[in-house]
Amino acid sequence: MKIRYFAWVRERIGKAEEELDPPPAISTVEQLIGWLSNRGEEYAHAFENPKVIRAAIDQHHVRHQTELKGAREIAFFPPMTGG
Amino acid sequence: MSLTVRIQREAFDASAESAKLTRGRTDVGAVVTFTGICRGDENGKLIAALTLEHYPGMAEQEITRHVEEARGRWPLLGVTVIHRHGRITPGEDIVLVVTASSHREAAFAAAEFLMDFLKTRAPFWKQVDVAGNTNWVEARDTDDRLAARWQSSERAAE
Repeated sequence: MKIRYFAWVRERIGKAEEELDPPPAISTVEQLIGWLSNRGEEYAHAFENPKVIRAAIDQHHVRHQTELKGAREIAFFPPMTGG
Repeated sequence: MSLTVRIQREAFDASAESAKLTRGRTDVGAVVTFTGICRGDENGKLIAALTLEHYPGMAEQEITRHVEEARGRWPLLGVTVIHRHGRITPGEDIVLVVTASSHREAAFAAAEFLMDFLKTRAPFWKQVDVAGNTNWVEARDTDDRLAARWQSSERAAE
């Protein structure tokens, strides 16, 4: 699946997007955040406070409890500050 | 209903966009035009510029979803939303919301609804440039509270 990062999540991880294949046991957004956090210091830093991280699956906002099934694109970003 | 949603780097012309919603028709009785402008200070510090990052594709979709929600709540005849991205200096426009309806109540309410949702749900992030240092702007609790006013009949996704 394609994983995209925006704003300071992107800066901390050091890339805007990547293709990753998490193991089948990773079935929710929350579990994916936990799995990513173990990929290295930069990921651990980006996800150090998971509660503030927002997520989108296929460009729709989702909760951390949402199942990943069939997701093509997952994005992680801080609370939005547009307008 | 006339619907325009644009995400662009370039400046926009608020009065021209507003005029487009009424030109050649006589059923519009009220147009509300809201323009959000880049201030020259952030928390008391002078700023050089804002830089707006966005999530291409999702930004347009999310705004369009909220325009559809607004259409379900109020009898709207036209809506235009334009949001800029990239570097914006103090005094420049950032965002435009124009709503047209037969009567003012719907136009006012829909414009406010759309702005509250743009602040909290549209995937844009502001970075502020103060004296050569760039910092991400933090989300404000007051914006969340303003958006929550409208959520009584809507299921929030988070």
